[in-house]
Amino acid sequence: MEFLNNLIIGVSLGSIYAIIALGYTMVYGIAKMLNFAHGDVIMVGGYISFCTTFYLDMPVWLSVLAAVAVCTVLGVVIEGLAYRPLRQATSLAVLITAIGVSYFLQNTAMLIWSPTPKFYTAVVSGSLSLLGGQLQVSYVSILTVAVCLLIMVVLTLFISKSKLGKAMRACSEDKGAAQLMGINVNRTISITFAIGSALAAIAGVLLCSYTPQLSPTTGTQPGIKAFTAAVFGGIGSIPGAFLGGLLLGIIESLAKAYLSTNLASAIVFAVLILVLLFRPSGLLGKYVPEKV
Amino acid sequence: MKTLKKTTKVNLATYLGVILAFTCVTVAKGTGLLSNSMNSWLVPICCYIVMAISLNLTVGISGELSLGHAGFMSVGAFSGVVTAMSLQQAIPFSPLRLAVSMIVGAALAAVVGLIVGIPVLRLRGDYLAIVTLAFGEIIKQLINCLLVGWDSRGLHFAFNLDGTQTISSLGLEEGGIAIIKGAQGATGTVTLSSFTAGFVLVMLTLFIVLNLIQSRTGRAIMAIRDNRIAAESVGLNITKYKLTAFVTSAALAGAAGALYGLNYSNLSSSIFDFNTSILILVFVVLGGLGNIWGSIVATVVLYILPEALREFRDYRMLLYAIVLILVMLVTNSPQVKAILGHIKGKGAKSHG
Repeated sequence: MEFLNNLIIGVSLGSIYAIIALGYTMVYGIAKMLNFAHGDVIMVGGYISFCTTFYLDMPVWLSVLAAVAVCTVLGVVIEGLAYRPLRQATSLAVLITAIGVSYFLQNTAMLIWSPTPKFYTAVVSGSLSLLGGQLQVSYVSILTVAVCLLIMVVLTLFISKSKLGKAMRACSEDKGAAQLMGINVNRTISITFAIGSALAAIAGVLLCSYTPQLSPTTGTQPGIKAFTAAVFGGIGSIPGAFLGGLLLGIIESLAKAYLSTNLASAIVFAVLILVLLFRPSGLLGKYVPEKV
Repeated sequence: MKTLKKTTKVNLATYLGVILAFTCVTVAKGTGLLSNSMNSWLVPICCYIVMAISLNLTVGISGELSLGHAGFMSVGAFSGVVTAMSLQQAIPFSPLRLAVSMIVGAALAAVVGLIVGIPVLRLRGDYLAIVTLAFGEIIKQLINCLLVGWDSRGLHFAFNLDGTQTISSLGLEEGGIAIIKGAQGATGTVTLSSFTAGFVLVMLTLFIVLNLIQSRTGRAIMAIRDNRIAAESVGLNITKYKLTAFVTSAALAGAAGALYGLNYSNLSSSIFDFNTSILILVFVVLGGLGNIWGSIVATVVLYILPEALREFRDYRMLLYAIVLILVMLVTNSPQVKAILGHIKGKGAKSHG
């Protein structure tokens, strides 16, 4: 029964990682850049939701909408101001810029909301008793998994069926050819950032409901973990991000329960290294042979 | 008289510049021009210069993006602290003890670099970056669990896996000293580092790296960076050369770590985290990839800048972030490049 409990914790933690990893992987797939500021967008989403409920007394659903709206705008603005001018630059230059943006967001948050942690009240409370009280499943966990599945289904349909989704796939295959076919590449990349940041806002609300402390560096560790999850599943692949996130969450929670509380993250990273050694492009990543 | 090659001139200028800077700072220190806080910057600046030069060897010369360089620094720092503390009676002369500690730190970091490098260098690009990042986090957590003590019977190690062990589980004799205390890190270290030692390490690093770049090995490493397949097809052993660069870089980072670790009486493993790796990468990128003197200048400027901005308190890191973004945007903008190219073109014409 204890094992089942840990598994459930792992799955819900993994669902949060998966939602964040989707943002990383979509942006990587289309813009070929590691967006290190993604973790900090999560933090902004958490703060917006916190402020709208705490200071403005908004209902929960409205505060989530507000967080999504602010983060979407933020993502598009960041892309337009900081990343778009660097489209032709080396990937290292873009990486450093992304780190600059990450510092910028963290320090702005520190100025606005001060570095002392805030206590976030979970969007839903209470838990479901199963098997005569032996198994406690919190509603936050259920909500997290449900939201993650919903996002996954909607996103897959969107990418494979809609016109915009097709445009995204075309841009990620070959930007030049996509432009010749009349696709507005810049607009498509902007929309990708908008979707990724909206997902980050939802992840922020769920993450803060899960661990109620909220500080300007809240997004950093989950950001790194989700980034790892995206690489684990094969960066650029949407099912890969989902699978990677779930596996990462489960490994972390089981390692914490049965191996060592102190080394849980180290074990997660060690598993990542092992997987990459045997499958150098991740679990579901495409292997692209090199041509001379 | 034979005229010197351009690279030789640049290298000589780099050595001279470092010596000149050292002399000026020593004179300024002697006459009391430096404030206390400025004095405390000197050793860390030397450490970060060595870190930046060694990372430049991996990222700029060998072309492999590493996001876990602080991990090697951490290995060097803690092995250096353990060495220095346990040799207190064996080697009473402190500069020699510092040198031995730095050598041990470098050797251990090199071994770790070799263990990490053999599998990891098979990966490419962003995957290599994520694995080095993961490795840095693993090192941080492992050291967080490490307990080390010393008594007359020798060194004692314990590994705090479940969070229940404390320093008493090492079973130290009367008069034994606890050196590394798990999450607290190393406390009560006798500090040995000095600015002179830092200067010697910087000169040594410059000597090693500049000579490596100009040797046959260095040319092979750069050939692999520029075109891996072409280099492989003319018979270069890719793994061997990449590993040479990676392990050299790790060893230098280890020596810098030992110097850094012995500069503070308290040292926690959490300061060698992802942000430190990134900080050093920023030094390297802003100094120019593959440009050694650029790394030195960028390190000095970017270390002093946030320290000097302390009066702006809360705004200083914000300013730092804005400066970072603007520098990247300006140096990569096509207009600025065109203007720079124009100026250079004119300069060349007027010379010729």
